[in-house]
Amino acid sequence: MPAHDSTLAPSASDRFGAFGGRYVPETLIPALDELERAYDDARADPSYIADVEHMLNTYVGRPSPLSDAPRLSRHVGARVWLKREDLNHTGAHKINNTVGQVLLARRMGKHRIIAETGAGQHGVATATVCARYGMECVVYMGEEDMRRQALNVWRMRLMGATVVPVTSGTRTLKDATSEAIRDWVATVVDSHYVIGSVVGPAPYPRMVRDFQSVISREARQQMLEQAGTLPSTVIACVGGGSNAIGVFAAFIDDPAVQLVGVEAAGEGLETAHHAASLSKGTPGVLHGTLSYLLQDAGGQVHPAHSISAGLDYPGVGPEHAYLKDIGRATYVAVTDHDALEGFKLLSRLEGIIPALESAHAVSWLASQRGRWRADESVLVCVSGRGDKDVAQVSEMGILGP
Amino acid sequence: MSATTSSERVAECFAQLRASGRRALVPYVTAGHPSPDATVDLLQGLEHAGADILEIGVPFSDPMADGPIIQASSQKALAAGMTFDGVLAAVSRARLRIPTVLFTYLNPLLAAGRDALSRAADAGFHGVLVTDLPVGADASLEQWLGDGPLAFIRLVAPTTPATRMVEIAQHGSGFVYLISRLGVTGVRDQLPADLPETVGRLRQATELPICVGFGVSRPEQAQAVARLADGVVVGSAMVRAADESLDSAFTLAASLRAAIDTVSP
Repeated sequence: MPAHDSTLAPSASDRFGAFGGRYVPETLIPALDELERAYDDARADPSYIADVEHMLNTYVGRPSPLSDAPRLSRHVGARVWLKREDLNHTGAHKINNTVGQVLLARRMGKHRIIAETGAGQHGVATATVCARYGMECVVYMGEEDMRRQALNVWRMRLMGATVVPVTSGTRTLKDATSEAIRDWVATVVDSHYVIGSVVGPAPYPRMVRDFQSVISREARQQMLEQAGTLPSTVIACVGGGSNAIGVFAAFIDDPAVQLVGVEAAGEGLETAHHAASLSKGTPGVLHGTLSYLLQDAGGQVHPAHSISAGLDYPGVGPEHAYLKDIGRATYVAVTDHDALEGFKLLSRLEGIIPALESAHAVSWLASQRGRWRADESVLVCVSGRGDKDVAQVSEMGILGP
Repeated sequence: MSATTSSERVAECFAQLRASGRRALVPYVTAGHPSPDATVDLLQGLEHAGADILEIGVPFSDPMADGPIIQASSQKALAAGMTFDGVLAAVSRARLRIPTVLFTYLNPLLAAGRDALSRAADAGFHGVLVTDLPVGADASLEQWLGDGPLAFIRLVAPTTPATRMVEIAQHGSGFVYLISRLGVTGVRDQLPADLPETVGRLRQATELPICVGFGVSRPEQAQAVARLADGVVVGSAMVRAADESLDSAFTLAASLRAAIDTVSP
């Protein structure tokens, strides 16, 4: 399973071109060495792989369906296919990774799990798998995000997790990540840190990619079976970039398949209020990895902004930085306003309420009418469902009076 | 200015301390805290109160190895407009006689450019310590720092295996900074019980002087550390004192100095 054999992004290295690496305090180096050994050992062990697959199939509900989207297809002028990660248990792709990492932590004899969360989807997915295995779970969440995503906070608590409000810095995902790392530096002997995206120090970016690549391994086969062809274009939203890497991975070696990542343009790329690290950032080091980063000339990290808490991160996974630089993937950005239009569009045309994160991908797709021939197939990753966003969006009055 | 290079000043300082049977007091301050205007006075006052070496922190927006006190000091310094060049200017203006160590996260150092180290040396810095650049993380950056004009001080953690301690010491100069405990910077009630053993392992690995930090705040703790190590780093407690008033910081430094000096080697 998790094996990803692309020649473009070597699994054994801690780098993606110049990007990635392990820029962390010395205290964590032995833990990262241990994690790397344990992961490489596990991915070669058929019993671990069988355990992960069993959980994905009987608990998460995989494989997730590939839906055709007839009304959206007419709207766009191409055959649109939706990879339905919104139908996973807990409502998003995040659980693909938490299953793999929590099972790995058990193998390593670690009984306490730490996680950071932005929108709350990764926190919920982590709390869920921890409940399933009776493990202690501590989730760090920015105070601002706890307010925006109160329902997810309640869900985590219901499942027995401790949710720690983070009041430092910008009180969002960036600071929750710093706080989770601070916990881990103190508890590294008995705790495992489940990073929720393809960010952080090696081996996290490749490990999380491997767990999320189940999305594209399924989708590639489903496209061949249901559409009879590979997609011309694969589209996914990018915050840290885990659902995007997950849906790109199995297509990277198909040169005819165009890969498009959609970042959050927030109030506009010309303003200071966006989260488009790849479109507008410069290389820098945050949370242990070298990648594109929103920062000022002095190397201070710039606060990100997005209507969607899950994209509200000033960095991005180092493999995306690499795919951008070698030209294998293209990165575009969609504003808060347009993401809301995408949110409405998928709900109206297909009866699927997407997460605000995924709505960025839908919105970009809808803006590209005329880009494809009518018989071309386009694959969009619906990374999560929008239930978590309904309260926030309903207050904005987008349905009119 | 003396004829010795910047990096040699740190080693020279420890040689002199050893010759006179003393241990080093190494206060940490965040440049720009409690305010950019106060930084020069704070540095000069700490030298006067008995500091042997000063660690001067470049404030960073995302200090993942630091606890709440140093985090808050960084935010305050940044909000007041402190920059990398501002740190250099403050040290230059302070005209200190004791060696100084530039204490920084990697990202602001990278942003300062390839001439950052020589500019720091020109400003009067003698050493550099990068919190998030462990040995083996980035060969070209480590070479840049190792070949530069400043002593390249490396960190050892309680989790560092003995073989890696040797490697770390070989790739560093000036002194080795031993992180006393797991976790981030902060004020703690007690020293970790295994500190003597950790210092012992590090002594086996290197002949470089050893300074111990993280969680050392009170004079009796400093005294206990001085019995084991060549130097005592006091960070969060110093920053907290400076937050009250500069005089509080100077009083703390003097009491730490007195406590350390009761220890004879």
